[in-house]
Amino acid sequence: MDDMRAAFLTALGLLVGLDRDLVAIVWLSLRVSLSAVGLASLLGLPLGAIVAIWRFPGRTAVGVMLNAMMGLPPVVVGLTVYLLLSRTGPLGQLGLLFTPTAMVLAQSLLVTPIIAAFTQQTMADLYEEYAEQFRSLGVGPGRAIWTLLWDGRFSLLTGLLAGFGRASAEVGAVIIVGGNIHHVTRVMTTTIALETSKGNLALALALGIFLMLLVLAVNAVAMVVRDTAKRVYG
Amino acid sequence: MLRRIVLTLVVAAGYVMASPLSTLAAERFITVASTTSTENSGLFRYLLPLVQQDSGIAVRVVAVGTGQAMALAQRGDADVLLVHHRPSEEQFVAEGFGVRRYDVMYNDFVLVGPRTDPAGVKGMTDVAAALAQIAARHAVFVSRGDDSGTHKLELGLWQTVGVNVRAASGTWYRETGAGMGGTLNIASGLEAYALTDRGTWLSFRNRGTLAMLIEGDPRLFNQYGVILVNPAKHKHIKAKDGQAFIDWLLSDRGQQAIATFRLEGEQAFFPNARKSGS
Repeated sequence: MDDMRAAFLTALGLLVGLDRDLVAIVWLSLRVSLSAVGLASLLGLPLGAIVAIWRFPGRTAVGVMLNAMMGLPPVVVGLTVYLLLSRTGPLGQLGLLFTPTAMVLAQSLLVTPIIAAFTQQTMADLYEEYAEQFRSLGVGPGRAIWTLLWDGRFSLLTGLLAGFGRASAEVGAVIIVGGNIHHVTRVMTTTIALETSKGNLALALALGIFLMLLVLAVNAVAMVVRDTAKRVYG
Repeated sequence: MLRRIVLTLVVAAGYVMASPLSTLAAERFITVASTTSTENSGLFRYLLPLVQQDSGIAVRVVAVGTGQAMALAQRGDADVLLVHHRPSEEQFVAEGFGVRRYDVMYNDFVLVGPRTDPAGVKGMTDVAAALAQIAARHAVFVSRGDDSGTHKLELGLWQTVGVNVRAASGTWYRETGAGMGGTLNIASGLEAYALTDRGTWLSFRNRGTLAMLIEGDPRLFNQYGVILVNPAKHKHIKAKDGQAFIDWLLSDRGQQAIATFRLEGEQAFFPNARKSGS
């Protein structure tokens, strides 16, 4: 119990003190995870919408795959990206290993299926409402996908936030492809793992509390933006 | 108003997304694959600013077990290797993956265990005999089990007393597959014996009932070596800057800095570079 109390006190101290290293780590965590969600949205939103609307052979299989891939183990994704980016790997020339970019890539692989699966579900529900109108107006699938994505944008935000939660919480992938290098690729979760390994359990837990507050803040901002936008644009 | 807020957010998001790429910008750096003991003890945090100040080279350390560090270097994912298992290091050089191996510094391993000491090994001077006694009494021993330098040394010690730990794995002998700190956390939780390097032990904060029981056996000597990864194997290796870093470590100034580093008021690493490598 002493550890718990110490953790809360330390977390409070971190919040008040905001030491420069910590700010840099928090900033990198945000940059990496938000970029990963951004990249994953570029892939996942259209992918989910296509699977929801287009009738093509193997569509069910793709849907099942997307759902299953939501459970991709981060450590396996990390290992795969490591082997791709390693100097002897197929993309080794790029020299991206142990950089924040490598971490963004790994996390977007983890997040894309979540966003795609969520989009698919949302779009499929919307499509049922709209299908007849589309047909009577002669709207093609490309135009239909765009319309549905736009109309469903407020619901889709939840999928993006789920993806952000997954990205900011995982440690298995980023520690392999980032290497947890101080001042370069050290993020919140890898710092927590490092402090745990040093036996600084209270500090590690304090960082965990800090991370949760951060995720809470991101979610709160997203919700405020959504509600404001909803009020204005209906 | 709202449009301005949205615009600001979009610009902010764009900036956030673009910035990870911009950190790739031309900082002069090398990547060093090293062990958790050097990182966890804070040695690098102490040395690296001095290196950068003297040479302008930023050193990026990836701290993993010795086995994983060598695998990284073998694939060309690090420019310099700084680890602690001499036989593997020499093999690394012999196979052509490294240019040359230099002694840098040493510290030692210690045997830690519960203060109650159920196997009664405290104060023994022969660490192998102590391990044999732990095995005979089936007292719980926690092993790294991760092919690290510490793990390799520990396996060697078991071998000298003829204990087959593989057969005992899962009973009194527990392999964590974790780093040194993670293994100490488990030893602390299980009130078990473990072998650890002194640096990690000194900086470890979650000792619980654990105490240092055995130190000073010559077999617990822990030599660190540094190797430049062979640019002939991987042409992108930053041989010049990598060698500059090695030269700095071996120089009087580098050796002095290693000797000055203090952990909990104690000297954690002892410089012993010889200018000729092997």
